[in-house]
Amino acid sequence: MAGTAWRSAILNLLKQWGLSLYGKDKIKAQEVSQVVGALKKESLQPRTFTRGIHTVTLIPGDGIGPEISTAVMKIFEVAKAPIQWEERNVTAIQGPGGKWMIPPDAKESMDRNKIGLKGPLKTPIAAGHPSMNLLLRKTFDLYANVRPCASIEGYQTPYTDVNLVTIRENTEGEYSGIEHVIVDGVVQSIKLITEQASQRIAEYAFEYAKNNQRASVTAVHKANIMRMSDGLFLRTCREAAEKHKDVKFNEMYLDTVCLNMVQDPSQFDVLVMPNLYGDILSDLCAGLIGGLGVTPSGNIGANGVAIFESVHGTAPDIAGKDMANPTALLLSAVMMLRHMGLHGHAQKIETACFDVIRDKKALTKDLGGNSKCSEFTDAICQRVRELV
Amino acid sequence: TFDRRHNSTHTPPPARYGGRHTVTLIPGDGIGPELAKHVCELFRFCCVPVDFEVVDVDSSMASEDDIDDAIMAIRRNGVALKGNIETNHNLPPSYKSRNNLLRTTLDLYANVMHCQSLPGVRTRHRKIDIMIVRENTEGEYSSLEHENVPGVVECLKIITKTKSLRIADYAFQTARAKGRRLVTAVHKANIMKLGDGLFLECCKEVASGYPEISFESMIVDNTTMQLVSRPQQFDVMVMPNLYGNVVSNVCAGLVGGPGLVPGANYGENYAVFETGTRNTGKSIANSNTANPTAMLLASCLLLDHLKLHDYASMIRRAVLSTLTETKLHTADLGGQGSTSEVLQRVMNAVQSTGPRTLSM
Repeated sequence: MAGTAWRSAILNLLKQWGLSLYGKDKIKAQEVSQVVGALKKESLQPRTFTRGIHTVTLIPGDGIGPEISTAVMKIFEVAKAPIQWEERNVTAIQGPGGKWMIPPDAKESMDRNKIGLKGPLKTPIAAGHPSMNLLLRKTFDLYANVRPCASIEGYQTPYTDVNLVTIRENTEGEYSGIEHVIVDGVVQSIKLITEQASQRIAEYAFEYAKNNQRASVTAVHKANIMRMSDGLFLRTCREAAEKHKDVKFNEMYLDTVCLNMVQDPSQFDVLVMPNLYGDILSDLCAGLIGGLGVTPSGNIGANGVAIFESVHGTAPDIAGKDMANPTALLLSAVMMLRHMGLHGHAQKIETACFDVIRDKKALTKDLGGNSKCSEFTDAICQRVRELV
Repeated sequence: TFDRRHNSTHTPPPARYGGRHTVTLIPGDGIGPELAKHVCELFRFCCVPVDFEVVDVDSSMASEDDIDDAIMAIRRNGVALKGNIETNHNLPPSYKSRNNLLRTTLDLYANVMHCQSLPGVRTRHRKIDIMIVRENTEGEYSSLEHENVPGVVECLKIITKTKSLRIADYAFQTARAKGRRLVTAVHKANIMKLGDGLFLECCKEVASGYPEISFESMIVDNTTMQLVSRPQQFDVMVMPNLYGNVVSNVCAGLVGGPGLVPGANYGENYAVFETGTRNTGKSIANSNTANPTAMLLASCLLLDHLKLHDYASMIRRAVLSTLTETKLHTADLGGQGSTSEVLQRVMNAVQSTGPRTLSM
């Protein structure tokens, strides 16, 4: 049954039992699932839904951000996806006490909606405040960065059989930002590995594997050299593997993974790793399928928050010229739909996007064609209409 | 207490008596011993004036006497050929990686790996020719870790100005000596501003002294992306230890795998040669399926270092011509050839090109 039909069935059931939906006692999604019981576990019920429409916070971003966000909204409208967008801006503002933070209305919107879609944000140099991505990460405790990399049929790269997911711990590791100058000319950077963060990411990796029908999880490490830190990470991964016996688990050195990845990427499934290795490997895998312009990405946070984003830059040189490629943001939005359980709509939009790329008739410049962004978007909309 | 391992104040004279060199040979684990044997066989066959002093290192022993003996032997001879020594990463941190111990004690500060597309090997990318110069003694491999609070581990990454200047200078000198035109520094200074920032500064400082060579810098994640899409844009690359690990393995994979690329570790006074990607090959040990190319090419680098250039070129030519015979390719190249067949073919090739061999 489509999402809307499920919801009407539940609403009717509740009405029968004398529970009200409208008015000040708004029923939360969790209460619904407890009452009815056997709702499918995979679909994460969104926290805000009114008459079957999910509200999602949209952060268009800078540069080409607004155009590609418009493209995505248009495609979603044509696909009749039950999504309502709440646009917010994130520019760093200084709160009381001088601490940098994101605007309170953006924070409130995200906390309420829990799901967000974000375009590229400008990274300021010497602006006095940390990067926006870092601020968002700290504000919502986005601990897992998930990047599914699958070869796109119409966009040829030397690697044709990639189908893996990189799950990267996003809060600690080498990127703790703790550095000291010991004496003049000697610098030490501290890599922090904690049991808590490692447990969280390992748990998430196995959950993801289970929910997305993935067969195995591989922990990537360098415990031969960094015995204690990566050793701790490995131990927590092994403990999580014990709890999820239905998913295969193995461990591999970082250098072996790199070596094998460029020779035969089809042998990898889900990869889980600390921050730095994750950064390098996820970009390596993005390169295998065609670059950041076609790679989706999602950040999972505590309290059910999830922000999906395109990881490419703001491309200020082509901003406003209708030349941008919305594929990355679109595929991230599809990932978002899957996360919310709207698999039908996700499949439709994704198929339409891949069909248009395979047809090669209306590709943007970076994909090898010379169409405009709007033409590419229209082609996808047309394909969506045909698929409905 | 006096640590005899670090007593390097006296450099012995080069071991060359009667025109023959003595070279330390550390077989290591996995496929190491069989490959070392093949190198000895080939050298004897070609009448190379090198004698090997074999030092076995037992990686299962907790005591470090074995590796100390190996280090002493390398100090004595100045040059070594080594296989990779297994590190069991489930042992406690008091058991240090033997390979790392060797590198840091002998101060082999530059790890050089030359990845080039070889004829006869089919890969996704063509015309790759990248020289990777990797800092080999500090960075993330300082093995300084502690657990102040249970469940919270800190690992220190050390970057020093002296070592960064040293490796940058080595990279530029190599580039100049080999007529290379571009040096790319790989870093993550946008995140690790002080550490990698210092490394980058040192590279820029050294670059200013070599005006004929262009200098560029690239962030490591972008580097890996560029490597898998357009590796032909890179020439010489210089980087700290961990990024070097990643980049050298990616490049080795791009040109055909771990069985093809030799590696060299150079220090002020010593040089140690090994396979580029430092694998033990545990799973294929003693099955006669290992690819001897990497180890044989490493032995050619060894001969070049000893200034025995004629022998080096002769063996290198033979090895590369054997690579073009696809039906002899070993399993890692997608074939079914055996190590001994490859070696036999190399010896045939050597015999047909020069007079100086033993009878077959």
